[in-house]
Amino acid sequence: MSMIVTRRALVGGLVAGAGSLVAGCDALTDSPTFQSVLTGGTHANQGLQRLISDRGALAKEFRPEQRSPIFRSNGNRMPTSPAYQALMANGFADWRLTVGGLVGRPLRLSLAQIRSMPTRHQITRHDCVEGWSAIGKWSGVPLKLLLDLAHLRDGARYLVFRCADESRGQTYYESIDLIDAFHPQTILAWALNDVALPVPNGAPLRLRVERMLGYKHAKYLMGIDAVASLDGIGGGKGGFWEDVASYEWYAGI
Amino acid sequence: MTIEAGTIDPADTGSPPAPVPAKVYRHRLVTRIWHWTNAVTIFVMLMSGLMIFNAHPRLYWGQYGANFDHPWLQIGAMGETGFLRIGSTTIETTGLLGRWTGPEGAMVNRAFPGWATIPSSYSLADARHWHLFFALVLGFGLLFYMVASLLNRHIQRDIALTRADVAPGHLWQDIKDHARLRFPKGLAALRYNPIQKMTYIAVIFVLIPLVILTGLTMSPGMNAAWGWLVDLFGGRQSARSLHFIAAAGIAAFIVVHLILVVLAGPINEVRSMITGWFRVPQEKGA
Repeated sequence: MSMIVTRRALVGGLVAGAGSLVAGCDALTDSPTFQSVLTGGTHANQGLQRLISDRGALAKEFRPEQRSPIFRSNGNRMPTSPAYQALMANGFADWRLTVGGLVGRPLRLSLAQIRSMPTRHQITRHDCVEGWSAIGKWSGVPLKLLLDLAHLRDGARYLVFRCADESRGQTYYESIDLIDAFHPQTILAWALNDVALPVPNGAPLRLRVERMLGYKHAKYLMGIDAVASLDGIGGGKGGFWEDVASYEWYAGI
Repeated sequence: MTIEAGTIDPADTGSPPAPVPAKVYRHRLVTRIWHWTNAVTIFVMLMSGLMIFNAHPRLYWGQYGANFDHPWLQIGAMGETGFLRIGSTTIETTGLLGRWTGPEGAMVNRAFPGWATIPSSYSLADARHWHLFFALVLGFGLLFYMVASLLNRHIQRDIALTRADVAPGHLWQDIKDHARLRFPKGLAALRYNPIQKMTYIAVIFVLIPLVILTGLTMSPGMNAAWGWLVDLFGGRQSARSLHFIAAAGIAAFIVVHLILVVLAGPINEVRSMITGWFRVPQEKGA
């Protein structure tokens, strides 16, 4: 048996095939059932990464000359709320970080108090979910020290970071679990490249959680809450981008 | 008559010549499962990967790379013109890359067009869901195939190059046969030819492992777990560039592979990859 495939039929078939493939994939993307299958992959990735990494495995640190010449800022570069504007106008002298939720001893700390605490300096790479990377030096207090002061209560499983900036009418927030919260490179940074944290990069204080993609590194911090569950906070998915665009809560990949 | 693949040894076919079987069992079940799993997986990976690339359509070498740094490859749009820039060479690509006509007829400024991406309209988050799910299928599928094909000796018997394969005369003959699109007949059609073996080796042992390892290198969590990865590839942005290059190599393989399947007889080739049974192309007059 012989079969003659004309070029026209072949090209036509390939185009039609590609078209229906794309349409089919779009239909699957919109299907909640299929989305939950794909999300299963995210959980598997998280489990596998946690399985093969040591809890304290460190992100790579770099030498000063390996830093990006210009550290790109991203997302909100200037919170517009009157409250933040007032804090900024006063050099953040009136700004306070609250640590609350499931803690034995709630904290309310000024920037001067935070800067007087033991400081960790680290030159690390910031990886955006979009694909770009920038290397910069961060200085700040290890989050573990604040948590030791505040005494997490039994049942606390996540830390929620409340921010001063808004996008799409919603306040930015993020969350991490206790494995990352107590990681030695997880710091609340008040300086970038040896200068006070610039406003586009999150002044006066931002989270650095170095084994995660950029959207986890909440800027413009106002408060930290220890919680048992992420349900009922924001859209319930644990972060601004998780809520508005279904980015993965586990941002290690 | 039918015969099991691998049971013919050309050394034993001296005289009298053994009859060429009409059909042979050519592809084992493991090979077929892996082939069709990959047929789906690689398309999903390539197309969702292009959507992820659309989020930042620039490639860099080294540890870092963002908008203020110099990309070695960039797809973009300037005014009404879409372009692809590689090094200092800029090619106008309006209609295909950088700026193209969207489904509603309006021009869209984005690197890869909707017909080439999953999903077809911009969504980095959805593309990542697809990509990171099928990445597991690709990675563990390769592992499964490699272990099974070592155990059933597919790799050693069918894919590994023999001394005869790489003899210059044989190799040159194979290159000439390929250039003339002359496909092997009879017994010669039962084994992979040297160029075919080298291609499969390049894809299975170089390109797919490279695309998996460079993919893992882009993960900040993996960088902490397996720090040697980022050192191996000279930085996260170098790994991202190599990931794209390896993916382009796999895409090129698929194009050539599909063309050769069509030229060699698509029904027989596709059937053999579904059922395992391959009708042996007979020599003229045999």
